[in-house]
Amino acid sequence: MKYLKNVATVKLDREKCTGCRKCLEVCPRQVLVMREYKAAIVDLDACIECGACRQNCAFDAITVKSGVGCAQALFNALLTGGEPVCDCEKGGKKSSGCC
Amino acid sequence: MTSSPSDCCDPADNSNCGCCCDGVPDQTPKPLPPLNRRGDVLCRLSNKFRMNYVVAPGLYTIGNPAQESPVLVTANYRLTCNHLRKELEGGNIWILVLDTKGINVWCAAGKGSFGTKELINRITVSGLDSVVKHRTIILPQLGAPGVAAHQVKKATGFSVIYGPVQARDIKVYLAGGNTATEAMRTVTFTFKERLVLTFMELLPALKKYLWILLGIVVVMGIQRTGILYKPSIFHSWPIVVVGFWAIIIGTFLAPILLPVIPFRSFALKGALLGAVLLAPFFYLINRAFCGSIILATAVFVFFTTLSSYCALNFTGCTPFTNISGVKKEMRIAVPSYLSACGISAILLVIFKLQELGIL
Ligand code: SF4
Ligand code: SF4
Repeated sequence: MKYLKNVATVKLDREKCTGCRKCLEVCPRQVLVMREYKAAIVDLDACIECGACRQNCAFDAITVKSGVGCAQALFNALLTGGEPVCDCEKGGKKSSGCC
Repeated sequence: MTSSPSDCCDPADNSNCGCCCDGVPDQTPKPLPPLNRRGDVLCRLSNKFRMNYVVAPGLYTIGNPAQESPVLVTANYRLTCNHLRKELEGGNIWILVLDTKGINVWCAAGKGSFGTKELINRITVSGLDSVVKHRTIILPQLGAPGVAAHQVKKATGFSVIYGPVQARDIKVYLAGGNTATEAMRTVTFTFKERLVLTFMELLPALKKYLWILLGIVVVMGIQRTGILYKPSIFHSWPIVVVGFWAIIIGTFLAPILLPVIPFRSFALKGALLGAVLLAPFFYLINRAFCGSIILATAVFVFFTTLSSYCALNFTGCTPFTNISGVKKEMRIAVPSYLSACGISAILLVIFKLQELGIL
């Protein structure tokens, strides 16, 4: 299953990439592969913007505007004018997937 | 959890309280708390129970780990710890439990409480470097958004490697010399997983929308002589039934049918399924909606919107949406929802005015 086309913000700077493979190890959606000894984005639409790759790249080769893709949290932010907080955190109900 | 000296235990017996009575937490590794089947069920049903379903952070053991045994890191949500324990029964493993305030790994990583800072801190206070000889710790893969492996290495000397997504794969992973297959590394969202989640969504949703349905009962009851009980019940029950149906469509049917409904947008999926499944109710116009096409349209527009809204809210429960996409959906959905509500409200007012003989 994939979400909207071409919206994910993950970007890779091949100049900075050393090919250490850490980003491939952490990506839960198989967005990245190795190509000519460096990482490459092959499946942009699968990206869930979790930020794991950016967080674990020791060479700052990856940027992504990460956050939880949760409409409930964004609706709450709209109503209160604050940060996106989903109902799950305010004493929510989720066991997996969502927060 | 660090206990304050005041709520400390009897100095003669500090075996259970996790503190040593001078206010400094006891750091000796303890066996991971036993499985708790009742708790595992309760924490899915009750929020209050879930929030307190925790394990005190620190270093724990499964079996009799030695200096060479692997170290697994996890969150202090008791359900998470129980899953690990169940899967690793019979092994000899160290378990380092981070303080995530009782939140599961994935969510805590997103918020940063399952994060670099807490990990470094927990490694230090637990004295892990003197407990084990090796310098490798295994984290659940879904903890990666919160942890920068290279920074942990720099600060503590421990190399962070990421294990499988699911606890059920951990044994095979360890047996295979810490190698995860691509399947172990990928988050899934199967029919069964969706079913479990939607069941938990349905009840709170019904509770949340109850007031809308109550509002309908009141509006339908408005007559020239005041709010009357009989017309209220008589005219509103079909609408209430349609309302329940719309909620079930948005919170239950749309999520479980997710892959087969056209469109990638959740709002569109919800609206489409809502429109299709609510359409048959148009046939009931004569009997149910006082023969009024205006009222039927108002009901149809409003509840299709509600289905769409419920489906859009499900984005947070799925492991394949992203925040840029949800923001994009909302830029279109929010104005559409507001206009739809406006249209239904105007139609409803026209209907009421006609009914009361004013128009
Ligand atoms: S983690 Fe960074 S340096 Fe390593 S392969 Fe990925 S992008 Fe390249
Ligand atoms: S943000 Fe997450 S899903 Fe997207 S490429 Fe990075 S690790 Fe993969």
